[in-house]
Amino acid sequence: MTPFWLGVVGLALVLISAGAMLGLAVLRRKTPPTFREIPAFQRLQEAIGRAVEDGSRIHLSLGRGALVSPQNASALAGLSALRRLASLTSASDNPPVATAGEAGLAMLSQETLYSAHLASLAATAFDPTTGRLTGLTPFSYAAGALPLLSDENVSSSVLLGNFGPEVGLLTEADERQGMFTLAASDSLPAQAILYASAEELLIGEELFASGAYLNAGPLHKSSLTVQDLLRWLVVIVLLIGFLLKLTGVL
Amino acid sequence: MKLRGLLSTAFAIAFGVIVLLGYFLEFQPFYGLRVVFVEWAVILAGFAVLVGLGNLVAVHIKKIRAREKGSAYGLLLVFSLLMTFLAGLAWGPDHPNMVLLFRTVQFPVEASLMALLTVSLAYASVRMLRRRLNLFSIVFLGTVLIILLGTASLPLLGDVPFVGDWVRPFVSQVIAGAGARGILIGVALGTLTTGLRVLIGADRPYGGK
Repeated sequence: MTPFWLGVVGLALVLISAGAMLGLAVLRRKTPPTFREIPAFQRLQEAIGRAVEDGSRIHLSLGRGALVSPQNASALAGLSALRRLASLTSASDNPPVATAGEAGLAMLSQETLYSAHLASLAATAFDPTTGRLTGLTPFSYAAGALPLLSDENVSSSVLLGNFGPEVGLLTEADERQGMFTLAASDSLPAQAILYASAEELLIGEELFASGAYLNAGPLHKSSLTVQDLLRWLVVIVLLIGFLLKLTGVL
Repeated sequence: MKLRGLLSTAFAIAFGVIVLLGYFLEFQPFYGLRVVFVEWAVILAGFAVLVGLGNLVAVHIKKIRAREKGSAYGLLLVFSLLMTFLAGLAWGPDHPNMVLLFRTVQFPVEASLMALLTVSLAYASVRMLRRRLNLFSIVFLGTVLIILLGTASLPLLGDVPFVGDWVRPFVSQVIAGAGARGILIGVALGTLTTGLRVLIGADRPYGGK
């Protein structure tokens, strides 16, 4: 059982972070923060532009992080990127297509695409099969997503979520089709595989920066600023711990 | 539609806040409510699998109707899925026939995909040097080789001395361990801010935006 004081400290940290996110979003609405350039996002913007021009599709893979597991945050980041991608490609004849290896995620991807469809005031009917469950085990998920990459006029593939080694099959298929690939995962084995196989890769927490870099809204930018501030806090705490250990206090 | 969006957002925030409080303040009523809500979520996730399977069937039936490329595979998938589903309902998941089905179909297929992945990764590593030839790629490949040499025995030579005993443990436990912790701390911070965005209603994956 967590000691009471530790719970209060944790809750206070979460509340302060939420307050800082909201505060920064309001205060910096007119002068949004600038972040370091990540070439992968620049190339993604170019790929989106090309997809809209040539009427091809963008595929977004959300991985297989179950919604009731701690891995769901990477999928939530993927869903917010999907919402943004759907908005950016609303002028295209072909909406983005999302695949997931977890049923709840597939349902949320449909809901996200449906929201974007309504917001775009498109004249065509919404196609619920644009958000798909392709398999329930890691490799069946990858195997189910492979035909989509070759058969449905996909020009770019974005892989954002929780994956395992099976992600190598998806990047390999992307490479064979000659499509642009941007990939990120919260899992360490997947990051190692993506480093070797993906065209553009986001390492570690860069996965959670996708909303801010795709201009998904002021709260995405302020949350990235808070993330940076928290990182400094962690660095300071680690250094203090190191010094206390060195001097024999701890 | 607007009302639906407002209601779903209000429910998501209220339930999210209660579950969060239940994690940090482990006393009643927060703790009890958290346990109940998480149990509800697990039950709902179980039903979501059924809905997801419906979606999978719908995608393939659409393919079959339009006689798209690969629709024969779609037909095979739908047929196998329905047969397995019915067999599972009739026998139950622990019945020897269901276990046999898993062992003789699912397991070998996934094992062959894993084997295929090994070849793909070896090829991808070589391709990486062509696409992104820099210091980090060279260090990456060098590390892979050291770990492989330290893990597997070489034919005729056996274990490589020094590499298996000293270099591999140092690389995997000290250098890689430190790097992995750094990455995981970053992921944890990203998880926190992503969760907060959902909790304050900035991200609404459940729709209504």
